[in-house]
Amino acid sequence: MSISAPPDSADAVDFSASPGIDVQLGLFRTATRIARFDEKYRSLMTSGAIGGMYYSPRGQEFAAASVAAHLRRDDYVVTTYRGLHDQIAKGVPLRELWAEYLGKAAGTCAGKGGPMHVTAPEYGLMVTTGVVGSGLPIANGLGLSAQLRGTDQVTVVNFGDGASNIGAFHESLNLASIWRLPVIFVCQNNQYAEYTPLREGTSVDRIAKRAAAYSVPGVTVDGNNPIELYNAAGAAVERARSGGGPTLLEAMTFRFCGHIMGDQQVYMPAEELRAAIAADPLVRFRAQLAVHVGEDELAAVERAAADEVADAWEFARTAELPAVSELTTDVYADTAQDGVTA
Amino acid sequence: MTTAGTATPETARTLGMVQAINEALDVALSTDPAVFALGEDIQEPGGGGFGVHKGLGVKHGAHRVRMTPISEQAIMGAAIGAAISGLRPVAEIMLMNFVHVCMDQLVNHAAKLRYMSGGRTPVPLTVRTATGAGGGFGAQHSDMLEAQLVHAAGLKVVVPSNPADAKGLLLSSIFDDDPCVFVEVTGLYFAARGPVPEGDYRVPLGQANIARAGDDVTVITYGRQVADCLAVAEQLAGEGVGVEVIDLRTLQPLDTATLLGSVARTRRAVIVHEAVRRNGFGAELSATIHAELFGQLAAPVVRVTAPDTPVPYARSLEEAYIPSRSRIAAAIRSTL
Ligand SMILES: Cc1ncc(C[n+]2csc(CCOP(=O)(O)OP(=O)(O)O)c2C)c(N)n1
Ligand SMILES: [Mg+2]
Repeated sequence: MSISAPPDSADAVDFSASPGIDVQLGLFRTATRIARFDEKYRSLMTSGAIGGMYYSPRGQEFAAASVAAHLRRDDYVVTTYRGLHDQIAKGVPLRELWAEYLGKAAGTCAGKGGPMHVTAPEYGLMVTTGVVGSGLPIANGLGLSAQLRGTDQVTVVNFGDGASNIGAFHESLNLASIWRLPVIFVCQNNQYAEYTPLREGTSVDRIAKRAAAYSVPGVTVDGNNPIELYNAAGAAVERARSGGGPTLLEAMTFRFCGHIMGDQQVYMPAEELRAAIAADPLVRFRAQLAVHVGEDELAAVERAAADEVADAWEFARTAELPAVSELTTDVYADTAQDGVTA
Repeated sequence: MTTAGTATPETARTLGMVQAINEALDVALSTDPAVFALGEDIQEPGGGGFGVHKGLGVKHGAHRVRMTPISEQAIMGAAIGAAISGLRPVAEIMLMNFVHVCMDQLVNHAAKLRYMSGGRTPVPLTVRTATGAGGGFGAQHSDMLEAQLVHAAGLKVVVPSNPADAKGLLLSSIFDDDPCVFVEVTGLYFAARGPVPEGDYRVPLGQANIARAGDDVTVITYGRQVADCLAVAEQLAGEGVGVEVIDLRTLQPLDTATLLGSVARTRRAVIVHEAVRRNGFGAELSATIHAELFGQLAAPVVRVTAPDTPVPYARSLEEAYIPSRSRIAAAIRSTL
């Protein structure tokens, strides 16, 4: 399962070998926790209990779960506004995560960042950015840091198909290539950038093709196939960890709820969305697992996820908003001398 | 073409900000074949993140209402190139914080090409961009960055506060021969409604609007804070304080005659903006007033601004961040 530079697709590589059932159950558990969180969050938005904006990752759970399954707690992850799945998969506790989504003092960032800017360095979640493409150059810095410090930490940076049209994507792949940085560039290709289909805004049908221009291995896999993605990610992580350099890993997937909460998806053929939802990777994987694992065990995973999500919501709901005095802290190292005027 | 003040009630309808901007784009596209629009997601059926281009792609064609990939540098560069070769592009940078992604194109090129070429390559470009705090968008989607752009000599900077001005100022920007950055405050998109004249209605750049007359204190503001200042002025009128509210409308060119004339009369000035204080546009206004009217002032110039912090996400903090009516009222009282 080795990948040599610079192939432009994983078609030739067989990523179908099944990992152990424990691993598979782990993937199912992570994806279920993400999906339950997302569903509850959306239903609370719909009922008006919570407001704000929300970029649902529903449908893309395995793009996060199958990659993060290879990461240690001290490995780094960078993600985007559509980051809930990546944040959960990296191990951020749901209570603090939900509290941050609601801008509460008990949140991962004391409520100052919010969903688009969740950071939890103790779990390796280093940056969540709201600016498309801006995570990639920073991921290189995290990779460089590990390289210079002589650790074997790796960095995963998640981004969308649309982000590959930003200049920063191209600069980052080139730099990661010449410096052999331990970075895995994970393009979660959900085939839309906001309201624009991939083919209308992008010169290639597969983002991984762009890797060849930078002598980086480019791999496209079915991101809705948890096993295939797990294996491909394992190879890329191993490569990065052992000094082999970066990989551009493209996970083909789909977003079920449009770009942003409330998106009516009028720009998308209804049939396309219907077909994607009908092939819900979480439902499919569950059915696949049920052959090997008892229904009881799967139901227990689901119950535990629902309980954990309910607990996180209750924690976040009842948490306090930050005190107004927090407005001017954290701008500089020394609040007393930073010249911040309120 | 009609200009500000000439609109008769019969020709004005009540529109929201988005419709008014849409109408200005429609008029410009209809008037001049050199005009075209470009930006992310501006194609049908959505017509952009805020729907500003809705219907225009159908009416004027996808070649003139062009969707682009998420590539701000490429958008800005393409607009500049087209502008120096005979066209009048109207580029949308979805949110003002993303202007940073293409700051090189805008500041090193759009702003300077006229000057560096000894006047050979003017850049008749309009950049429309939306921003503003209060929507729970967090630190990277809410900044008011107008002062950074005024700082780039060569750029013009426009911040409308109501639908009629938005239409009239956008048309003036599009047909201006310099690069204009047109800042649309997201909080006004669906809140502000007002009468908007039909047709090719223009408000000249560099003309402030005295939104309310008063004799005791001059409040200088723009954008979303205009409505807040008017509300405070109304409240203080009940207490016998006459507040004059000046809506700058354009920061560059700046209508110094109007604002100095007013402050010379009231001898008191309060500046209100949502951007952070340090090196904010208020600092420039304050320096101008002090330099010109030192000795005539009855009180130091007071600024009401956001604190020098990024825009916070938490509701409690974001509320405290935005200049409130009570802070504006207190600042006005402090000058009396
Ligand atoms: C530099 C920049 N330009 C524009 C935007 C507005 N925007 C937010 S998400 C998005 C689409 C991104 O698409 P993609 O990279 O495919 O990620 P997805 O949302 O599909 O996960 C756009 C244009 C932004 N956040 N940053
Ligand atoms: Mg996408």
